[in-house]
Amino acid sequence: MRYLPKSPSERREMLAAIGARSVEKLFESIPEKFRLHEPLPLPGPLSEMEIIAYFQARAAENARGYTSFLGAGVYPHLRSVVTDALVQRGEFLTSYTPYQAEISQGTLTAIFEFQTLMCQLTGQEVANASMYDGSTALTEAVLMAERLAGRHRVLIARSVHPEYRQVLATYARNLGLEIEEIGFTESGQLDRAALAPERLAAACAVVVQSPNFFGILENIPALADAAHSGDALLITSIAEPISLGIVRPPAEADIVAMEGQAFGVPPSYGGPYVGVVATRDKFVRQMPGRLAGQTTDAAGRRGFVLTLATREQHIRREKATSNICTNEALYALTATIHLCLLGKEGIRELAAQNLSKARFAQAELEKIPGVRRVFSGPTFNEFTLEFPRSVKLINAALLREKIIGPFALGTHYPELTKRAVVCVTETMPRPEIERMAAAVRRILETPI
Amino acid sequence: MNSKTTETEAPVAAIRKAGRHVSQNEGLIFEKSAPGKRGMQLPPLDVPAVDPAKALGPEFARDSVEGFPEVSEIEVIRHFTRLSTWNYAIDLGMYPLGSCTMKYNPRVNEFVARLDGLASEHPQQPAGVSQGCLRILHDLQKCLLTITGMDAATLQPAAGAQGELTGLLIIRAYLSSKGNPRKIVLIPDSAHGTNPASVVIAGYDVQNIKSNERGQIDVDRLREFVTPDTAALMLTNPSTLGVFEQHIAEIADILHERGALVYMDGANMNALAGVTRPGDFGVDVMHLNLHKTFSTPHGGGGPGAGPVLVKKFLEPFLPVPVVVQRENGQFALENHRPQSIGRVRAYCGNFGVLLRALAYTLAYGAGIRQATEDAVLNANYIRKHLEESFDLPYSLPSMHEVVFSDARQKKFGVNTMDIAKRLIDYGFHPYTTAFPLIVPGAMMIEPTESESREECDLFIDAMRSIAAEAETNPELVKTAPHCTRVGRLDEVAAARKPVLRWKP
Repeated sequence: MRYLPKSPSERREMLAAIGARSVEKLFESIPEKFRLHEPLPLPGPLSEMEIIAYFQARAAENARGYTSFLGAGVYPHLRSVVTDALVQRGEFLTSYTPYQAEISQGTLTAIFEFQTLMCQLTGQEVANASMYDGSTALTEAVLMAERLAGRHRVLIARSVHPEYRQVLATYARNLGLEIEEIGFTESGQLDRAALAPERLAAACAVVVQSPNFFGILENIPALADAAHSGDALLITSIAEPISLGIVRPPAEADIVAMEGQAFGVPPSYGGPYVGVVATRDKFVRQMPGRLAGQTTDAAGRRGFVLTLATREQHIRREKATSNICTNEALYALTATIHLCLLGKEGIRELAAQNLSKARFAQAELEKIPGVRRVFSGPTFNEFTLEFPRSVKLINAALLREKIIGPFALGTHYPELTKRAVVCVTETMPRPEIERMAAAVRRILETPI
Repeated sequence: MNSKTTETEAPVAAIRKAGRHVSQNEGLIFEKSAPGKRGMQLPPLDVPAVDPAKALGPEFARDSVEGFPEVSEIEVIRHFTRLSTWNYAIDLGMYPLGSCTMKYNPRVNEFVARLDGLASEHPQQPAGVSQGCLRILHDLQKCLLTITGMDAATLQPAAGAQGELTGLLIIRAYLSSKGNPRKIVLIPDSAHGTNPASVVIAGYDVQNIKSNERGQIDVDRLREFVTPDTAALMLTNPSTLGVFEQHIAEIADILHERGALVYMDGANMNALAGVTRPGDFGVDVMHLNLHKTFSTPHGGGGPGAGPVLVKKFLEPFLPVPVVVQRENGQFALENHRPQSIGRVRAYCGNFGVLLRALAYTLAYGAGIRQATEDAVLNANYIRKHLEESFDLPYSLPSMHEVVFSDARQKKFGVNTMDIAKRLIDYGFHPYTTAFPLIVPGAMMIEPTESESREECDLFIDAMRSIAAEAETNPELVKTAPHCTRVGRLDEVAAARKPVLRWKP
């Protein structure tokens, strides 16, 4: 087998050195009745070429060659080939968690840079080395708020990504954490009137997403004021962080839980992505996840180490702030490289292009009779439209033209049937926007 | 003694694996920044430009991201290439980290994970145009079930710890459906730290159980511990000592007789694949770490994937969505499972990790047994050759890893961490130190199957040489490493006054 570096005679010699007559001897501690004597019925073994052929065949069964208007938490963005070339260096790709700082300075320095970039983007004071993804980052942020505030109820906007809310519900169920959902107004923003003092008084946190699941930006300073008036924390979830290139950072929030997929990580059918939790310095000891910190060696040279580990499971066990161990380090590195390439001008230009493309698409679609914008709040690269017939039917017809239509809201929001969230990023060529608008027009003109 | 003098005294001739070479100095990326530089150019906008300040208004618009770096493409390349050379990695040599299974990460897995049509796919796109992705998930599930002897699987958990939590939530949901979720999960004192941390999030209390003098679960005492309040036993097999639980069947019977379940932490599956199946020895729920046994790259700390495998009676409780194959052969995601624990992560989990694990499994087929045999052979070969130099606190037969202690070197003031740091000078990554907790001064060594005899011999030589140094020149070991860019870093200062981001 090509991955195994031993010849048959080397195996025999090593067995002889141990004093074992056969390899079976090495497994005698397993009770005989549980030892397998037949080869497992697994497919393979396959050569490298056959493995590539298998996966190319699978790729051909997917949506290759389709144009997609899906966002809803996962966003296609341009990536430089430089990112993958660097990330695939074996010294990054095949290294372990940097517990041994002296031979992990590459990874640790990059994590420190990642934490810095995340602070700069979010306006927060400290960011961790990564969480699994946006959904679990949000859940961990809520558990952190529960520890900080000592209250066991959370008020979460219904306009937070439905799957993020589902994950939170799974975790909350056995922890005595009550979840109360807060609705939205015609602007698509959280209904601030629902944040009554008696509600807030029992809550550890108010949770919003911005841009929210409908694509609408939330007014973070006003929400922070409201939450703080009842001594609750404000948690802001961000699923499309490219918005931060042109949108005011959620600096007034107490905790930011972010999905970093948009920073150069491919959609890859749902993962791996990179979650982030960022917060204020004063809350750092309640943060989940790893943190890299700066220090020096005996000779005074700057170096980086994993720090504040007394929060973590390998030290604190059942008293840890989280059970997370393995995180998404390689994708934190991906995001770091991608953001360094984009730089200060690039992130702004990229965000502005998203805004321009989305506004163009929105105008094109709104020209179609019966299609109208649903919410009045400000948007970034997603917007919600109402259609004069079922989105499912429209999307089925679009699919026949190799277009994956917008995200239908009806499944998660029964009151929002016939509404869908359209996403247009910088990757969408104008002719494809026009082709999609023309297709929708044609579909709606066709009698059912 | 300062590190300069010990360095000159180091017996360089004994170090066969590593030599010295110049590495480049490099500051932080922010320190290279200058206004107007950039490393990525966007294609021109093909629609009318919208001014963000006007479109969003002063309430929502932002001027710029203060402090963001401004660097060119070549600077980004050099910066990260230089940083990379400061890392140790599997591609450079052996990683004897016990319990971490740092094995070769096949390059073809990286290639296929990046294919257009796989990396490009959106998790919310219709199932009809996701058949390739769904079939990959389905095929991987089948392989994992075959290897473990379990009946049903979820691939959603993003890492081992999330797999643990998922498995415990499944146990809780099952017991609740029987009328009582119960209160306590038993954990041997040799367990990974994630185990107790996960138990707490699942809403259970942890009860630690002491291992017996052989490092195994004390079966008689277990009988006393298992009460009607016991929900499950969480067990790592082979244990973190690298030893198979001899009485596993009896242990499972004790739990089952009292209506409790057996959870197996599959972190050490690299000792078992193709040789024995947890499903056959009484395990009800288990997770796998695909970034260990199934070769997906550790990437400096992640990503991982922690699939959970269960027996048939627990299938209704798996997280949604579940990948299913319809009668017409089409694959689909099923969301309607009334008894499901719900979602533990958005979408279908770390798909890109999952597909790499499938590529690994396909490369071996039934030959995966050979990998297991070689892993166990390497561990026993190293054990045999180091037994004379280091204390072996538990003498039961080793499987894929061996745990020594620093008891003999302690007499000279040298501890496990010192020896581990000295290994760095010899060109190796340290072994796992100070774990499992039941071994004071533990030195936990797991070579994996990826090491040749030559690399194992170099490691053995290095360890023996360090054992000799500990006696003749303990200072040399205690002040190691001597050949790295930075010496031992001041972790106390880092934690006392945390500097967690760059500031101008």
